[in-house]
Amino acid sequence: MNTLFFTLQDFMVHTKGITYLIMGGLLVALPLFWWFLTDRDDENETWRQ
Amino acid sequence: MTDNGGQNVRKLWTPFNVIVGIILAAGAVLTVMRFTQGIGAVTNLDNNNPWGLWIGFDLLCGVALAAGGYVTSAACYIFGLKRYHSAVRPAILTAFLGYALVVLALHYDVGRPWRLPYPIFVSQGTSSLLFEVGLCVFLYLTVLFIEFTPAAFEWLGFKKIRALVVKLTLILTIFGVVLSTLHQSSLGALFMIAPSKLHPLWYSSYLPVYFFISSMFAGMSMVIFESTLAHRYLSRHMDDTHHQEAPGVALGFAKAAAFVMAGYLGIKLIGIAIDDHWRLLATGWGVWYLVEVIGFVAFPAFLFAMGVRERNLIFVRWAAAWTVLGIVLNRLNISVIAFNYHLPSHERYIPSLMEIGTSVFIVTLGIVIYRFITTRMPVLHEHPDYSTHSPGQERT
Amino acid sequence: MGISRRKFIGCLGALALGPAMGIPGTARGASNKEFAGWPGSLGVLHDITKCIGCRKCESACHRVNNLPDPETSFEDLNVLDQKRRTGADVFTVVNRVDNTSPVFIKTQCNHCLEPACASACFVNALKKTPEGAVVYNEKLCVGCRYCMVACPFNIPAYEYHKALAPRVTKCTMCHPRMLEGKRPGCVEDCPAGALISGTRDELLAYAWDRIRTYPERYVPHVYGQHEMGGTSWLYLSGLPFSRVGMREDLGTKSAPELTAGPLSAVPVVVGLWPVLLTGVYAISKRKEKIAEQEKQAAVADAVDQSRKEAQNRMETLRKKWDQEKQSAINFEVKKALEEAAVKASEPSQTKEDE
Repeated sequence: MNTLFFTLQDFMVHTKGITYLIMGGLLVALPLFWWFLTDRDDENETWRQ
Repeated sequence: MTDNGGQNVRKLWTPFNVIVGIILAAGAVLTVMRFTQGIGAVTNLDNNNPWGLWIGFDLLCGVALAAGGYVTSAACYIFGLKRYHSAVRPAILTAFLGYALVVLALHYDVGRPWRLPYPIFVSQGTSSLLFEVGLCVFLYLTVLFIEFTPAAFEWLGFKKIRALVVKLTLILTIFGVVLSTLHQSSLGALFMIAPSKLHPLWYSSYLPVYFFISSMFAGMSMVIFESTLAHRYLSRHMDDTHHQEAPGVALGFAKAAAFVMAGYLGIKLIGIAIDDHWRLLATGWGVWYLVEVIGFVAFPAFLFAMGVRERNLIFVRWAAAWTVLGIVLNRLNISVIAFNYHLPSHERYIPSLMEIGTSVFIVTLGIVIYRFITTRMPVLHEHPDYSTHSPGQERT
Repeated sequence: MGISRRKFIGCLGALALGPAMGIPGTARGASNKEFAGWPGSLGVLHDITKCIGCRKCESACHRVNNLPDPETSFEDLNVLDQKRRTGADVFTVVNRVDNTSPVFIKTQCNHCLEPACASACFVNALKKTPEGAVVYNEKLCVGCRYCMVACPFNIPAYEYHKALAPRVTKCTMCHPRMLEGKRPGCVEDCPAGALISGTRDELLAYAWDRIRTYPERYVPHVYGQHEMGGTSWLYLSGLPFSRVGMREDLGTKSAPELTAGPLSAVPVVVGLWPVLLTGVYAISKRKEKIAEQEKQAAVADAVDQSRKEAQNRMETLRKKWDQEKQSAINFEVKKALEEAAVKASEPSQTKEDE
């Protein structure tokens, strides 16, 4: 992570590359989390106080 | 043009078939020329004008006009407008074919088409907006393909795998909207790297926003336009639901398109204001800009509004066709007409007949495939085994 | 994102005065990073006032790059009168500024500090090397020609007539020679001293020195110092640069700065659009569910209501019926009693009845 960059161009290729990987991760993680969030919605209508 | 794909006796020498045959044959010749003698043998492209009709029309217009896919599926599955359901499949099919043809056209335009997977699999030029476009188009084409497979599976009778794909509908739709937002806007952003070449009236830091917003009404207009054509030529393949829902879809999309266009006009005006380009409006280029914005956005928006108020589908259809033309004009302005505006006229680019022929060939190919599919697979009608009118079936 | 333009320019301006270069990106971790280019990278200074239009640089370029010979020989100076640009096998051209003028200008790749072509390339086929040259890797190139669209100087050319392996071509600043410690071919062969090579910092300092020493000879502008974020190839001119055919309206923003905005919007869309859209979906779904529940409740209510009403009606009917039955019974009883009473008082009254 401590690569030294001398041009904005190299810096952008590097950082955007990481960003794209994060984006891929997000596209997988968000639906999974939504599933986790709503999975038990239909079970019953009661709740603990 | 007559439709003779169905149960009628198939006649070979219909005018439609003859014209299509000639175009496809010419296309085959051009294809051979392009791949044996190089891009220079068929195009008027040169070192000052590296992008021409194949990018300006085939890529930019192709992608914008295929936006109906994400707009319609989002309206139906995300916003819950179930009345649009019968419009989803034709829109997805058009979008899929549109993107497939865009990719096909790119094979003609790039120098070494067999390397088109390189940006994704070999060397990722992540600082480029074209990388973003390429990645999104690749992913979205996959998404559209999966979204369309239920129709093919119904046709082929693969029930189990169809049911599996149908379960993915929502997530595919959301992916589709995300990917469309990204690459529709990035196509505009492609030109942000060249402020010295694109005329200042079209160059704006809002270019990506303009492209994205205009893709919405481009998609809606294209759905209306395409439905008009389909009703004329493929009516026999439509079921009652499609016939009943079509006017509602047209009026609903007309209303949405008119209002989105109003917003688009608003941000176009703001674009002029923040760059203080008012004086340029009084030049020749300014008149041309106003022709585009007033003649091909404001006017059809008004026509849509009249159509909606009067519940007049004729107005709506004309407005849709006019808007589609306006999108083509806008994309060509940015990529070809107002691009390199500073060069002397003898250095400007005018497409060659062979370039135009290749574009016509690719569009014709699209129409032929569309007709082939809609006359066979359940696109304009529901498959009786999976009809939403019989209980217990999920809508797709 | 990234660089503040003023700081960037300031940094380059400081370079011109020749102070020691700090390590770029000292503001590590902050969003406001600065990049001053590869330290000690090389460049060329073209003094337009010294160019005599002999085309020796062109012939040297063809020789060292093994380019095919042009149709007219390099001795033929008539071509100087046509306006030429770089081409598929022409990496550099010398043009006369206008037909009568004795001013000539050499054109080739300017080797930007932040190259627009490299920023545009979606396979990283173009790269700024630490030596200062912008080089092309034909093994990666797809041939999309976006680099040519992006180049503000209209330099890269394309082999449009090659069917199988067309390449983008442009000046390499003789990068292979540079690695051997040699000067670029054109610089080496220039007989007029119109081309000088060295580190970019030295050249900038030298150029400004020339301007200060001969203010009557030069316009006070080193072209390439700030243009498009700065270039490794620098120019001195006696005429305003727009008069010698060089664009002065390019601005000082480098290509990656021009695209940084839309590029940084991309991940935000990916992060937030699914959230927003799922939200819209959930809301519309919930509305649908509530509408359904309300409908069911309303139906149940209506059924309940009508059942109650029916019950009430039934009740009243039954009551009425019961009453009627009772009264009928009473009537019958009464009648029977009366009849019995009548029978008891037979027969005289029977006749009256009939």
